Amino acid sequence: MKAPPFSYLRAASLADIFSKWEAAGADARLLAGGQSLLASLAFRLSTPSTLIDVSRVPELTGISAAGGKIRVGALTTHAELGAHPLVREEVPLLAAAVPLIAHPAIRNKGTIGGSLAYADPAAELPACCVALAAEIVARSATAERRIPAAQFFTGLYATALGEKELITAIEFPARKAQQRSAILELARRCGDYAMAGVVAQAEFKGADFIDGRLVFFGVGEAPVTASGAAAVLTGRPLTAETIAQAEAALATDLNPPVDQHASSEMRRHLARVLLGRALRQLAGKQEARVT
Amino acid sequence: MSTAVDICLTINGERVSRRVEARRHLVDFLRLDLGFMGTRTGCEHGMCGACTVRVNGKIVRGCLLLAATLDGADVETIEGVSQSGEMRDLQDAFIARNACQCGYCTPGMLLTAADLLSVNPRPTRAQIREHLSGNYCRCTGYHAIIDAVEATAARRNAEPGP
Amino acid sequence: MSDIIDPKSVDRPNSYIGRSVPRPNAKTLVEGQGRYVDDIVLPRMVHVAFLRSPHAHAKILAIDATAALLSPGVLRVFTGADLSPHCEPWVATLAHLKGMKSAPQHPLPLERATWVGEALAAVVADSRAAAEDAVAHVRVDYEPLPAVVDMEGALLATTPVIHAELGDNLCFQRVNEAGQVEAAFAQAHKIVEATFYSGRHTGLTIEPRSILVDFNRASGRLTVYHSTQAPHMMQGVFAKHMRLSEGDVRVICGDVGGSYGIKVHVYPDEVAVAVIAKLMGRPVKFIADRLESFASDIHARDHRIRARMAVDAAGRITAIDVDDLTGIGPYSVYPRTSAVEANQVVNLVGGPYDFANLRARTTVVFQNKTPTCQYRAVGHPIATAVTEGLVDLAAEAVGLDPVDFRRRNLMKDGSYPRASPAGMKFEGLSHEASLAKLVSMMDYPALRSEQQRLRQQGIYRGIGIASFIELTNPSPFMYGVGGARISAQDGCSVRIDPDGSVVAASGVTEQGQGTEAILRQIVAEAVGVAIANVRVITGDTLITPYGGGTWACRGAGIGGEAALRAGLALKQAALQVAGAMLQTGGDALDLVDGQIVERRSGLARMPLAELARIVYFRGDTLPPDLPRELMQTRHFSTKEYPFAFTNGVQACWLEVDVDTGAVRLLKHWCVEDCGRVINPLLVDDQVRGGIVQGLGGALFEHCIYSPEGQLLVGSMADYLVPMAAEMPDIEVGHVETPTKESLLGAKGAGEAGTAGAPAAAMNAINDALRPFAVKVFAQPFTPERILAALGKVPTRWPEPAQSAFRTTSPAKTGAAGAAGHHSRLFRRT
Repeated sequence: MKAPPFSYLRAASLADIFSKWEAAGADARLLAGGQSLLASLAFRLSTPSTLIDVSRVPELTGISAAGGKIRVGALTTHAELGAHPLVREEVPLLAAAVPLIAHPAIRNKGTIGGSLAYADPAAELPACCVALAAEIVARSATAERRIPAAQFFTGLYATALGEKELITAIEFPARKAQQRSAILELARRCGDYAMAGVVAQAEFKGADFIDGRLVFFGVGEAPVTASGAAAVLTGRPLTAETIAQAEAALATDLNPPVDQHASSEMRRHLARVLLGRALRQLAGKQEARVT
Repeated sequence: MSTAVDICLTINGERVSRRVEARRHLVDFLRLDLGFMGTRTGCEHGMCGACTVRVNGKIVRGCLLLAATLDGADVETIEGVSQSGEMRDLQDAFIARNACQCGYCTPGMLLTAADLLSVNPRPTRAQIREHLSGNYCRCTGYHAIIDAVEATAARRNAEPGP
Repeated sequence: MSDIIDPKSVDRPNSYIGRSVPRPNAKTLVEGQGRYVDDIVLPRMVHVAFLRSPHAHAKILAIDATAALLSPGVLRVFTGADLSPHCEPWVATLAHLKGMKSAPQHPLPLERATWVGEALAAVVADSRAAAEDAVAHVRVDYEPLPAVVDMEGALLATTPVIHAELGDNLCFQRVNEAGQVEAAFAQAHKIVEATFYSGRHTGLTIEPRSILVDFNRASGRLTVYHSTQAPHMMQGVFAKHMRLSEGDVRVICGDVGGSYGIKVHVYPDEVAVAVIAKLMGRPVKFIADRLESFASDIHARDHRIRARMAVDAAGRITAIDVDDLTGIGPYSVYPRTSAVEANQVVNLVGGPYDFANLRARTTVVFQNKTPTCQYRAVGHPIATAVTEGLVDLAAEAVGLDPVDFRRRNLMKDGSYPRASPAGMKFEGLSHEASLAKLVSMMDYPALRSEQQRLRQQGIYRGIGIASFIELTNPSPFMYGVGGARISAQDGCSVRIDPDGSVVAASGVTEQGQGTEAILRQIVAEAVGVAIANVRVITGDTLITPYGGGTWACRGAGIGGEAALRAGLALKQAALQVAGAMLQTGGDALDLVDGQIVERRSGLARMPLAELARIVYFRGDTLPPDLPRELMQTRHFSTKEYPFAFTNGVQACWLEVDVDTGAVRLLKHWCVEDCGRVINPLLVDDQVRGGIVQGLGGALFEHCIYSPEGQLLVGSMADYLVPMAAEMPDIEVGHVETPTKESLLGAKGAGEAGTAGAPAAAMNAINDALRPFAVKVFAQPFTPERILAALGKVPTRWPEPAQSAFRTTSPAKTGAAGAAGHHSRLFRRT
């Protein structure tokens, strides 16, 4: 299981990425943390001519707060994300998601930008970004744009990134006072990709659920926003009755795929169970638990 | 474009300069280029943890890291930490508790366990199990490993502080 | 029995047997200094990668290596046709498995690919990466053939025959019958029945299969560095099939990164490596990567068993009737054969219980999947799951607690020697004592009330019990009588070196169990020296006495006994010399902790090192006719019993989330009777490791195939092994019933955990599900299967029906359906 041969280029700056990328040709790929890419190379599932190592580009690093937003550099590792005080305070959902991602050694190398660009449908961070209404900051050689996370994941391992466009950062809205969030997943084993997972994020007015997003992962080709279930809850308190109605709405919100771990019906069933649990968690407490 | 890359880095405290194939992962670099055989591959796709090493102080999967990316890095393997003696007590606990049978997973297991104890000196058994959850051991059933890590933590905590 | 193994003598200076002594090789392993095959680098060494079949069954029309040979670093490409003139094919059958058949197999096939992952061509290059690059450029023209995938249909007239010369796809069939089965079922108070499935597993040794072969053309000698359990067996195989003399083949086995039965078989690709090394006259290395391991390491345990049990009104088992079907791939695996697992199922079913009427039938069929063969606890987990599953059904049917039911039905501790209805001979077992100890260790009554209390809160926990027997210390009756060159005896040579240190060379091998550690304990105690002064050598056919290696739990019982006898003989030889030197009778002296002492007073007379110095350097000072043989060799194999059976009982405590189907393991207990425990530290973790391997099969592990015969698990993200976070703490206890066949009294312990764990987990899950009146019998017990049983999600093909169990009362209804039972055997589900 040796990777196929390729050339390696190390970029020193953002500008350097684009010039090397331009020169390297169409089937060059960017290498950040490499935790998914190197595994796929080992299976020879992809055969890039060149890997451009972006892991030392300073413009892609750092976590900062400005203008009511938390900016997380694309190269931020999962471990850094989970440990950063600003993230834990302002975007606690992300900190709660991190322990669910793989294992410590992977979390030390895997990056948020890499996870979003790879767009595994069962990954936690893409769903978190959608639920949090994050914006993906994308740069090409000539322009920068912000892509709402809800529009970023376009299909199985597919994103809205254009050719020779990369993620430089992700911007998350800072926490609002009446905001609550939860992330729950069911994986066969600790650290495995989830058979089904849910991210629930909502603002509350008194006991009423308003402006909420219920985003599922592992149950579709990309993160799936359960708009029907959210609509059922909007403007109403989380009670046994409303939660049951939200669960029922998943019948039309979700159309999960089949694999050896779970049938479509199984995934939908698990999604219903998880949604119920997540909503009860929201009803009971303020924020996703940060451990 | 060349598929070979020049790198200069520190391995177990010693400077190393080599020209490596771009595709060569850290484990093959350690084994084939440098003769450090203590780091071993069990799956070569990041699932078994046998190849766990430390790069710049953090544990990583050696098979998911290209040597070419490591110019200037500080790499520590089981050979290095054994020589420095920094986890001698943990290694002794593995021996005393029979937490190592075939020994193939053991270097990765030790580095991962030591990582846990460095960030959480008083882990519960459940926390030990969770931290080691990416390191596959087919021999022991894990119980002995958990015992050895727990015993090491207890012994360290019992020692008077500096 | 010798007093040297009296467990009460542990205070003596060199008393080691029965003590928890750490392993001598552990220090090198924890420092990463072990030496596995892939750590060995030889001058001019080249590497092999194999082109493997993408088809379950296909005719190979042509192989074109032109482009591959142009790939950088490539030296040669070999096909089956290139290798077959230099290697005799093999047929894996055993004469005592009557009617068994299989087809000739070559290192690389000549005409057809018969499973996905079968090696078809070998690329040799100066690095593994270069060899892999070139594999992509080998062009093969295939003519896809219909594949036999579903074992249920393998014998239908409409199903294609994989090997035309065999006539059909039947490998082996056997019915093991005793007593009056039909009458017992007709008279039964209750009959319980269920269909059990055991998922296809693979061993997933973390060190993959590894071999490095060197051939010296001048000397004509082949040196094989091999990750194997049986070096002498492999020496014989290479010699026979490559037409070399055994003396010209040396197999060296250093550290082995796990084996569990995976590394005791002859793999065609490994034989190909040896032939290539001979043809190229240079060292050739092959380390299987994980992808090819999944498709080419042996699989195991792909069984479907229809089973029923009859009980009388007193809650006593009167009959068991099982019908087992297993698919073993396209070839029986050499030289142990792929029928042994099924044969064990029919030998072991019902094993712990006192009943008279048994019918155990097995049908072993060929199919186009990876070949299956012996894997840790061969057949035991299957037989135990079926037996214990039926026992729990029967207990429920007659309204007895599972522990009470077992107490009523287990063989009585005082009733040995005796035989089982299946014909297994038991020298001495301890089912009752083991169960009593288990019940007390786990505080069974307290756990039951905890279970009841939590059930009121909607928390569903279950207790599963599983009694089992385990076959260890096999005699030649296992393989030798069938014509296989597999040694059931083992030898050990023990010598005293001039400095008084002791070196033992043994035919059994070390793969992490601690074989070398226990041999060291035994030899130190037998000779009478400190354990630090004993070195053990295993795994080299040139320098160790001939032996079978380590498999079927024979390392301690067979290899250990040979070491004990050699050590005792060496002590006598040393004392004879000492007697002459000290001018006293040898029997007035003893050897304790490296000192010649007066037996009666314990007074030290002379260090052993001084004796050795005189013997080796000043033999002139000794009487001329005095024997001075400071090296002794003894061999041992069992003779009275074909196998030394052990027994034990396990309990599993777990929680089922009835909304998600997830199973959380909370605790596991095992009481095990492996006879004399030589090293409790090592034995306990053999049991624990075995249990987790069994739990892996029960909950996670499954080699899944598509209906076309494509293996769907090719990575460790697909084939789920048990990891630390999901596994429970495991308490181990012992009852000791030493075998009387040896001085040592040791039986095997390495497979007991795996034998009982799946049954205990299954029974615990079904106990947790009791309030819902549903049960699961198909391993692995995945969340989806559990939810399907609960009726919350649909059942998927090829998933068996979720609750294929039934209780009938024939005495009342007269509906004993035995005839119909067998007529359904070959129906496609």
